[in-house]
Amino acid sequence: MNRRLLPIFLFALVMAAIPFIPGMPPFWIVLLDNIGLAALVAMGLVILTGVGGLTSFGQAAFCGFGAYTTAYLTTAHGLSPWLTLPLSLLVSGGAAVFLGLITVRLSGHYLPLGTIAWGISLFYLFSKLEFLGRNDGISGIPPLSIGTLKMLDPGTIYYAIWIAVIVCALLTMNLLDSRTGRAIRALRRGHVAAEAFGVQTARAKLLVFIYAAVLAGLSGWLYAHFQRAANPTPFGPQAGIEYLFIAVVGGAGYVWGGVLGAALVVILKEVLQSYLPLIFGGGGGQLETVVFGILLVALLQLAPTGMWPWLVSVLPFERKRKRPDAAEPLPPRAPTHPDSGVLLHVDKARKQFGGVIAVNDVSFDVQAREIVALIGPNGAGKSTTFNLITGVLSATSGKISVRGKSVDNAPPQQVVKLGIARTFQHVKLVPDMTVLENVALGAHLRGHAGAIRSMLRLDRADEAKLLAEAARQIERVGLGEQIDQLAGSLSLGQQRIVEIARALCVDPMLLLLDEPAAGLRHMEKQQLAALLRQLRDGGMSVLLVEHDMGFVMDLADRIVVLDFGTKIAEGTPAAIKSNADVIKAYLGAVA
Amino acid sequence: MNTTILLFLLQDGITNGAIYALLGLALVLVFAVTRVILIPQGEFITFGALTYASLSAGQVPGTIRLAMAMGVVAFGFDIFTSRKSLHTKLVLRALAVNVLFPLLLWGVLLALAGRPANVAANIALSLLIVAAIGLYLYRIAFQPIAHTSVLVLLIASVGCHLALQGFGLVFFGAEGQRGPPVSNAALTIGALRFTGQSLAVYGITIALIIGLWLFFGFTLYGKALRATAVNRLGARLVGIRTSLSGQIAFLLASVIGAISGILIVPITTLYYDTGFLIGLKGFIAAIIGGLVSYPLTAVAALVVGIVEAFSSFYASNYKEVIVFTLILPVLVLRSLAAPAVEEEKD
Repeated sequence: MNRRLLPIFLFALVMAAIPFIPGMPPFWIVLLDNIGLAALVAMGLVILTGVGGLTSFGQAAFCGFGAYTTAYLTTAHGLSPWLTLPLSLLVSGGAAVFLGLITVRLSGHYLPLGTIAWGISLFYLFSKLEFLGRNDGISGIPPLSIGTLKMLDPGTIYYAIWIAVIVCALLTMNLLDSRTGRAIRALRRGHVAAEAFGVQTARAKLLVFIYAAVLAGLSGWLYAHFQRAANPTPFGPQAGIEYLFIAVVGGAGYVWGGVLGAALVVILKEVLQSYLPLIFGGGGGQLETVVFGILLVALLQLAPTGMWPWLVSVLPFERKRKRPDAAEPLPPRAPTHPDSGVLLHVDKARKQFGGVIAVNDVSFDVQAREIVALIGPNGAGKSTTFNLITGVLSATSGKISVRGKSVDNAPPQQVVKLGIARTFQHVKLVPDMTVLENVALGAHLRGHAGAIRSMLRLDRADEAKLLAEAARQIERVGLGEQIDQLAGSLSLGQQRIVEIARALCVDPMLLLLDEPAAGLRHMEKQQLAALLRQLRDGGMSVLLVEHDMGFVMDLADRIVVLDFGTKIAEGTPAAIKSNADVIKAYLGAVA
Repeated sequence: MNTTILLFLLQDGITNGAIYALLGLALVLVFAVTRVILIPQGEFITFGALTYASLSAGQVPGTIRLAMAMGVVAFGFDIFTSRKSLHTKLVLRALAVNVLFPLLLWGVLLALAGRPANVAANIALSLLIVAAIGLYLYRIAFQPIAHTSVLVLLIASVGCHLALQGFGLVFFGAEGQRGPPVSNAALTIGALRFTGQSLAVYGITIALIIGLWLFFGFTLYGKALRATAVNRLGARLVGIRTSLSGQIAFLLASVIGAISGILIVPITTLYYDTGFLIGLKGFIAAIIGGLVSYPLTAVAALVVGIVEAFSSFYASNYKEVIVFTLILPVLVLRSLAAPAVEEEKD
């Protein structure tokens, strides 16, 4: 029993023992059943909203798909409940594929609004369809049974519900702690960085959307056999709002936060329902939603990250260290060409934003084993050129090729496969992932384990190689001390170095560095220069944008100068230093 | 289907659509200035409508108690946040806006209770009460978290909706109410009969749209609000009080919501929770308008109204399903046209 599983095992033992406590009121067991059902949905929301950054108010509708599928098939066609389980999951997953294809590509606030809309729409659909029993729903659903054991009372289905909760929590935690999980966790910080390392962000978003829907569908299936009836009310927009509330209360970024939130909210509702009438006389039942709403607003003002992080900081949990064991190294990139010749060829690349020409027919080459610097005053089009090469922006005209292979209009995921890795002018790390995890994202394309393998933890060999590679690159850039720290806690200069380590994880032929020395101290700059020379001597090419002229002049083999989007000079550092056009661009007049 | 039914449905749709347009405009306004997606807009509708109905029935509406209580809390928030730099003028201003104003309103209501008041006075009082609630709502629920993400604001917004809807049930009960029409006049053109109420709907919608356009285009406050919408920090650096911008936005939105409610309540029976659905239809229009464009939102609202009218004629059971599904093709179009721009979240 390792340290990771021990708390979960203890939790499972406690949960299994609860029904055996003498004098346990049956009503409490019902409450625990309800907590488990809500926890399943909330867990899906944790990974969807808290981790992936996709807000959904419509999860209750997916519960509805799960519940109605089994309700209809078991009553109208007499299917066994166990047979309808996969069908329930399939229907809610299928609905998620359809709705997800439509909505997950939407940015920011459109997604929650869209989910509210289809949540309402599906609620009305459930309550109008004849074969689903309209507003009355479907009753007389058979109970779950194993052999002769029929799960009729809350005490027996309790085990089915909580086994589902604990298994799903394990699967979800495994998923988050994997190659796919890192891609999902990178989504919330925008998609450019993730895509630069080969993550198919749209597919990752759809994946979490389906995963959350399947968990909700499972909860709905259990609900139908627990209540032995299904009607539209528990799957309406109000319930959808409540599930999100549960996730936020518990701590939207944490798997167990979903369980904690479910417990808090279900118990709170029960307390409000039983005690408010005593305090306010007969009208208390109406005040329930009032208190509920006010508490929600107050909670957001006082503890916006939810209760779980608070609980963890109080309890003596250890932050687990994930320093990887020595695993066999990943295979290096197959050498495509001899160590010479043109690696990157930019021919009359042009980018227009409306009337502004950011990059104006710029041409230059980067040879193998060469450090080329791209310099120019602010607004010269340097970062735009980077974005054109890496596929973040598509060029208005012109040609860009890598080793003779055209990358015009190729998406970033395609460009990185050719061995081009980059860093960003504005650091794009995931601040709440460790340095190791951030760097391992760079090796995304060098691993192969998918979501299912990760959930079942069959990805460990693959994962160990990725983490070992990440750790090697972190040592190489000299951040070995910080490997287990959260990326957000490092200084800006160190974060830039983490980005370089992440880019090195790609095993690139060409490294694009956007202002790598900004925010570094003198010693650190010298170390960085030494590292880049070492990389060049090892066969890599580097194209860098930098404002620190001392750094550039010492390091670069060749310099390309841009001004207002146009190339004004190209040559060795010595030639550039004495170039009249360059001096004019930087100082405004011939000095 | 004959032409008369067609025209009738169109007229019905346009009347409803005009109201959705008002709501959509208010949502766009609030979102642009504060980034809050205003789910409690529906409660402003209900409160406006039912306050007006209660006043017309000669009662003192419960909403004034809510306004009073929220005012006292808002006063507490004001004093607490500026506790380190309190001075008499600030305290007096906070007291006047948050406590004396609702107190004064309450006094007027008590004085008028039981007397046959006229329609205009009732409308004015309803608007003032709901405006006060809107203002205090921003102060209490949103101003302390104004800097957080759209998501946090959205969830807070849902919390406000739940609380206010609960209050609606407490104040107005579960039965529906109707109010007297703004005008009993009617006008017949061909087969179509225009009631004074529907004419009032068209007139007020157009007047408000023009008014908002003038406000944002030509007044200093309007420009300050737009500046806040574009860049909060920048607006503060040039001396715009962003919290004031938020309060103005909420004030306008609550007044617009209340006006919509007062316009609807003579046409349909309103329940304490009807506002939510009506507000959401305004949302659909606002989403189609991308939460930024006023004219597009107004046009979309008319489309929503007309689709609703026709679907309630042909498939009345599936009316809500059709209206809320209307959003899906729009979202598909938006997602296909979604520009690949990086957005910094959190």
